[in-house]
Amino acid sequence: MAALPKRIIKETERLAREPVPGINAVPHEDNLRYFDVSIHGPQGSPYEGGIFKLELFLPDDYPMTPPKIRFLTKIYHPNIDKLGRICLDVLKSNWSPALQIRTILLSIQALLGAPNPDDPLAPDVAKRWKEDQEGAIATAKEWTRTHAMT
Amino acid sequence: MKRNAQLTGFASAIRISSLSDEFKHPSTIDTIPPQSKKRKAAEATVASDTLSAQRSSKRIASAAAVKEGPPTPLTTGSPMDSDDEFMSGMSSDEDMLQESDNDDGSADDFGFDEPEPDLGYSQKGAVEKQEKRKFDINYKVYHPEDIQAQQDDLIDEVNMILDIRKEDAAILLRHFRWNKERLIEDYMDRSKKVLEDAGLGPSMTGPPKLEVIPGFMCDICCEDEKGLQSFAMKCGHRYCINCYNQYLGQKIKEEGEAARIQCPADGCKRIMDAKSLDLLVGADLQTRYHELLTRTYVEDKDQMKWCPAPDCTNAIECGIKKKDLLRVVPTVACDCKHRFCFGCILADHQPAPCELVKMWLKKCADDSETANWISANTKECPRCNSTIEKNGGCNHMTCRKCKHEFCWMCMGLWSEHGTSWYNCNRFEEKSGSDARDAQAKSRVSLERYLHYYNRYANHEQSAKLDKDIYHKTEKKMIQLQSASGMSWIEVQYLNSASQALQTCRQTLKWTYAFAYYLGKVNLTAMFEDNQKDLEMAVEALSEMFEKPVQELADSKLKVEIMDKTSYCNKRRVILLADTADNLANEVWTWHPKDLFDYFKS
Repeated sequence: MAALPKRIIKETERLAREPVPGINAVPHEDNLRYFDVSIHGPQGSPYEGGIFKLELFLPDDYPMTPPKIRFLTKIYHPNIDKLGRICLDVLKSNWSPALQIRTILLSIQALLGAPNPDDPLAPDVAKRWKEDQEGAIATAKEWTRTHAMT
Repeated sequence: MKRNAQLTGFASAIRISSLSDEFKHPSTIDTIPPQSKKRKAAEATVASDTLSAQRSSKRIASAAAVKEGPPTPLTTGSPMDSDDEFMSGMSSDEDMLQESDNDDGSADDFGFDEPEPDLGYSQKGAVEKQEKRKFDINYKVYHPEDIQAQQDDLIDEVNMILDIRKEDAAILLRHFRWNKERLIEDYMDRSKKVLEDAGLGPSMTGPPKLEVIPGFMCDICCEDEKGLQSFAMKCGHRYCINCYNQYLGQKIKEEGEAARIQCPADGCKRIMDAKSLDLLVGADLQTRYHELLTRTYVEDKDQMKWCPAPDCTNAIECGIKKKDLLRVVPTVACDCKHRFCFGCILADHQPAPCELVKMWLKKCADDSETANWISANTKECPRCNSTIEKNGGCNHMTCRKCKHEFCWMCMGLWSEHGTSWYNCNRFEEKSGSDARDAQAKSRVSLERYLHYYNRYANHEQSAKLDKDIYHKTEKKMIQLQSASGMSWIEVQYLNSASQALQTCRQTLKWTYAFAYYLGKVNLTAMFEDNQKDLEMAVEALSEMFEKPVQELADSKLKVEIMDKTSYCNKRRVILLADTADNLANEVWTWHPKDLFDYFKS
């Protein structure tokens, strides 16, 4: 494997030195482009109290292309589908090479605090979110309890 | 068993069409001028009759149609008679009658002026000479250098009027989708906002340049070595040249982006201009970038579209609006000879309007009908039941086993087809009593669909099988030259014939899709008559065209083929003019009646 670019080394160092509150990202020892990530559910959201595991991979042409990120913990959210894939503009069309792992993870945390059912990835969840918000939030809380608090 | 395999197709012979235009049969040159004068005079009277503009334009269209080619008194007798009756029936117009009389009287000396099938569409001098036909539309073909020149002119103009850099003028123009007037107006009113919206910040001084700044670290790659060259646009977001290079490569090569490449900084809307880009990337990316820019120019303009033919780099400009598409079928012809519909980019589908074509194609692609048409692709000989796959052009089938001659369309005896009661193209609705029975009804609707589909698919298949006809024609022409001692120019009539066949089959194909959606009224009967005449002529020509070279060398057959060619072209023009006219005046009745209502609303 080619030498790790300076950019990734610096980002990794900074993540360890000044961690973002509520977010934890650690690279695998055998693959420094692969990170185990955990994000705390934001306060006041249905995900509060849960710790959500994600995997993050920096592709070869990172930072020209965005990192690949996926939820490993089951989550009930209109912009996250059954496979844990995330619908977020900065991970797709609005990616900028000036963005970093930490900024992306913060965006994901913010997405947990502000679901956007108008731009859904999981249509069934989004539909329920729009028609019966209370019920949807209750389900999200329940899923958080069952899957993200063990 | 199959038709003469030699004569399979008419689909791809367009490329040599210019030849026939330049090298008409010698006798044409001598005899045409008095003729056309006469015709011009007739048209003048027509045009001056201004009872209603619409009516007169209709006449001109039919007059032009008549002018294009004479009837063919030299060929078979009986179909012609019916045709004359038909033509007088088609238009109640006296001028029209006169015109046809003229033609009949003088057809002998006029008989060899065979037009190329797409005469009205080619951008040669022919267009000016010809009266505009009802189904012709205005359009212009642009070559890549024209497109570039157009952009440069606009950029220069804005550059002078607004006194801004050319790169910025280009970005502004792209932002305004090349609407120069709106750009200048808006810029005069509030230049700051316009610049900001277009991704051009306020300060704009000095040419872009690479800089080496001590202590600089690139935020993208985190490199900070000494002497690292960096670049920033006016927004001040500074990155190293390597990152810029990679970033722009990603945008241009992977994403095909050009006109709206933003600054790499998160959320910065500043647009990369051409001059800065040239500074940052190598020659190959620059070339690609400028190609993409040209592409967006055409794509940005509502009135411009790329020619869809493979490897064609021309664009076409045409003023047809989307809402006109129910009334006009805007067929255009690129300089590369590809003819297509400006409305939907599909290959020429006159006379059927785009929406109808869309519905028809969807219906044909629909699985529910698949089973039905699969069974329609092969047929059995009506006499000996051998299974037959048709692989040739014409519908006159001769069973190889039992020598039975029949019509591929209706499976009836071919001997019954040579006369004017050839009725094979028309679907006869079952009587009302049958329709009451639900089962019968569904069968009728299925039969109805299959009727039209079979005929549609038949012409389409003929056209497909005929893809290589160009080479075959060419080969034939060379053979003919050596067999008969005719000169190259003298054998061009075969080329014209193959083109005519191909164009007419394309039209015929779509007449069946069109007919499927037509309600059954008097107009429809007229349309079907037109269709029948064209189809008969095409089949007759197709058969002549398939004859072996030795027979083709016969001058009598040559004259017949030339007559038939011009007759086919004329019938096609008449059919299209009539349909286009009724379409423009919205007098067709559709089946079902509300077919296009959703489109109008």
